[in-house]
Amino acid sequence: MPTFDLSSTPLRDLNSALHTLSKGANDTAFDVVNPRGAHAVAVGIDAPVTVEVRGSVGYYCAGMNDGGIVTVHGSAGPGVAENMMSGTVVIEGDASQYAGATGQGGLLVIKGNAASRCGISMKGIDIVVHGNIGHMSAFMGQSGHLVVLGDAGDALGDSLYEAKLFVRGTVKSLGTDCIEKPMRPEHLETLRGLLDRAGVTDATPQEFRRYGSARTLYTFNIDNADAY
Amino acid sequence: MCGIVGLFLKDETLRPELGRMLSDMLIIMTDRGPDSAGIAIYNAPTAGTWKLTLQSAEPGVDFAGLSEALASRDIPARVTVKDTHAVVETTAGVADVRAFLQEARPQIRIMGTGESVEIYKETGLPRDVVDRFDVRAMSGTHGIGHTRMATESAVTTLGAHPFSTGADQCLVHNGSLSNHNNLRRTLIREGMTFETQNDSEVAAAYLTAEMAKGKDLGEALTGALDDLDGFFTFVVGTKSGFGVVRDPIACKPAVMAETDQYVAFGSEYRALVNLPGIETARVWEPEPATVYFWDHAKAA
Amino acid sequence: MSYHNPYTPPRKSATFDDATLAEIRRAAATGIYDIRGAGTKRKLPHFDDLLFLGASISRYPLEGYREKCDTSVVLGTRFAKKPIRLKTPITIAGMSFGALSGNAKEALGRGATIAGTSTTTGDGGMTDEERGHSEMLVYQYLPSRYGMNPRDLRRADAIEIVIGQGAKPGGGGMLLGQKISDRVAQMRNLPKGIDQRSACRHPDWTGPDDLEIKILELREITDWEKPIYVKVGGSRPYYDTALAVKAGADVVVLDGMQGGTAATQDVFIENVGMPILACIRPAVQALQDLGLHRSVQLIVSGGIRSGADVAKALALGADAVAIGTAALVALGDNDPKWEDEYQKLGTTAGAYDDWHEGKDPAGITTQDPELAARLDPVAAGRRLANYLKVMTLEAQTIARACGKNHLHNLEPEDLCALTMEAAAMAQIPLAGTSWYPGKGGF
Repeated sequence: MPTFDLSSTPLRDLNSALHTLSKGANDTAFDVVNPRGAHAVAVGIDAPVTVEVRGSVGYYCAGMNDGGIVTVHGSAGPGVAENMMSGTVVIEGDASQYAGATGQGGLLVIKGNAASRCGISMKGIDIVVHGNIGHMSAFMGQSGHLVVLGDAGDALGDSLYEAKLFVRGTVKSLGTDCIEKPMRPEHLETLRGLLDRAGVTDATPQEFRRYGSARTLYTFNIDNADAY
Repeated sequence: MCGIVGLFLKDETLRPELGRMLSDMLIIMTDRGPDSAGIAIYNAPTAGTWKLTLQSAEPGVDFAGLSEALASRDIPARVTVKDTHAVVETTAGVADVRAFLQEARPQIRIMGTGESVEIYKETGLPRDVVDRFDVRAMSGTHGIGHTRMATESAVTTLGAHPFSTGADQCLVHNGSLSNHNNLRRTLIREGMTFETQNDSEVAAAYLTAEMAKGKDLGEALTGALDDLDGFFTFVVGTKSGFGVVRDPIACKPAVMAETDQYVAFGSEYRALVNLPGIETARVWEPEPATVYFWDHAKAA
Repeated sequence: MSYHNPYTPPRKSATFDDATLAEIRRAAATGIYDIRGAGTKRKLPHFDDLLFLGASISRYPLEGYREKCDTSVVLGTRFAKKPIRLKTPITIAGMSFGALSGNAKEALGRGATIAGTSTTTGDGGMTDEERGHSEMLVYQYLPSRYGMNPRDLRRADAIEIVIGQGAKPGGGGMLLGQKISDRVAQMRNLPKGIDQRSACRHPDWTGPDDLEIKILELREITDWEKPIYVKVGGSRPYYDTALAVKAGADVVVLDGMQGGTAATQDVFIENVGMPILACIRPAVQALQDLGLHRSVQLIVSGGIRSGADVAKALALGADAVAIGTAALVALGDNDPKWEDEYQKLGTTAGAYDDWHEGKDPAGITTQDPELAARLDPVAAGRRLANYLKVMTLEAQTIARACGKNHLHNLEPEDLCALTMEAAAMAQIPLAGTSWYPGKGGF
């Protein structure tokens, strides 16, 4: 198993190794030690590799991940798994702002809390947060699912398109054009699947509430101007 | 646009290490601010003694014979010169020293005053700034530091952070204000003076002016949330601790960590990685539009 | 005493002119601000207000057609392993599939490729057609991140991080429901037919200190191969250029307020931003102050129409220019041959700017399959290539007359200004003098 010690090896070597795997390579399990808050760790993965990061990372860890399985045994800085295409990213600790921003696919699991703007502009990614999320989360979320086992901060789902939000705890406030919607059987089933994929065993879908777009901002209307 | 660090020690045995710890934190933030750097370091006050941190573009001229010159005016003072800065410790009043400097050494700028604070700031890379002032050797109870990437105002010593906001108080800022020009004009009408075109200096002067009207620092910071427009994360140093406040949008990064030994602030987690016990510290991000304080007086 | 009251003709207000009155009535009737495409229509100090001095007894010209005047430019030499090499310094600016039809995007790629220059994606992702037909394609990285993906990032020749554009510095994108077709909706992951509002700030960074980290991420993802451009609207060109450079850009793209847009508020187009003439010198000054003029390349855009404009932009210190509106006109936008149809839309050829409505008779700014089919991408691409070549020849003609064997050797001192405004903004002496406003304490 290749190990990269970022206290002595340049970041470039790690990302370059991740990008140049030959087809059918055997060594597809990478270990990264001493990340010490470094930025852009394991970005641009385009193969089904596994990366274990032993420590906390800075901005954009696993950015644009496409098929990799990345686990951070620590906390993640801003923009973890931003624009993920596919694969899985697991954060054992907390995530800073913009977690999963603009993600188009794959699964992001945050075992701790996520700060503000979790899932901002999400475009198909599934995000499961075991703890709480900060303000303005899922802002302009287009599609995908955001599941929160804890509480949500202010302005959840502001200017939401079609992303689906599930929160087990309290929501401090809903953003413009975001409303609570009834939890129908298909939503319970979707949620069950998401909780299973994220390895959540201590929550049942029935404990959650569902939030989505009221769709009143889809076509401009001057009488909604106060909402902008 | 910048990097901010702050460290508040709960464990007294770490006090001799404060300068070294803050220096390491500051240098890691070089990418966020390569243009200039500054640090405010607080030490336990000595009763009846005031400190003034002075700066000069020509320290060889301005600081020469300064303690003797002060003594000749019946101002007992110990002067410690550190590169372009000097710390004057005196049992006389700050106003007396200020009056003397204005008259006798007008080139000298006063970076900060108080019973416990010393402020050092210069242009250049954080590592070089730290070395110039031998910050690593400094001890203290708490301190804040700043690395600057200049946006619209000039890269100068005076444009570097921290900005003094009053006795034993100072401010560092990451972000960009959008109504500071009007606010500066208003404050000038109210009698404040400015050294730079820097938006952060306006924030500092605003807090000073509000506190002069009788508000405490917490109230002044709460007022800042209404009166300052734009993006900001502020860390303010006080005699007994520091405070943190972010604007309601809160885009500029901020990470806090707390253990039994300290409370630490960093623009990025990277700044905190060398702190003892960081692996098990409580790490979180301050909420928008919320004023936080850590205070030795209250912690004691 | 009696007198005859002479006839006094009705007098209209200069303040409340016909256009103003019409706009007040329109706003009152509809309750929505005016949205339109294209760039500012107001008269602005522009390159027309500058002239070249040419050669004389003290300077010797080069012989046209015989003595070489190089027009090539290399972009992205600062950090990128694979800089872009262009035969002409005239590039095609970013315009989205969505704003433009697939055929129009293909035509832009074809024309640029024939002329040996690059074209650029827009707010909506990269299509296979434009990648296939563009030898050199710049991939825009926008706040909306519609269609953004690492596969397209890797098959791009350069990456342009868009912070703003000249038509609307500080504003986000807009694509109204009429143009959100099935394919556009699918590429952007949006419901069909809604009014799409793009964000004005990037979702995962704010400010130059964060931008530096974002650039690092993009470089790591693309293995430091691609030039990274940073595009800003003309608002604070000195600071924006300096900060883009500090954040690590290879190339700065500066778009003056004449730059077009697919759709935004008229009040924004006409009232926010600076004309390109006023933007170039501060940007060049910033590069010079950092010691990086020519090592970080500067591309300027906004109202570039001719080889003369190109030569003037380069003389002021730019390394290359970008064209958008002019390229669309070369393809066939606002062509008088569709006059009958423009009349039906309540406008006339040359004035049509309702690009957001998707009814473009020329088939360019539309997603309607029947209208789009009117544009033959091969013929339109050829027209664009012709136009690019003419502009290049024109710029060469001027450069040779100034004695230059490369367009980049044009200097501010080769110019004079016709008006005080242009002299002040471009810091070029008023013709016949050695003075411009702001110099020497005046």
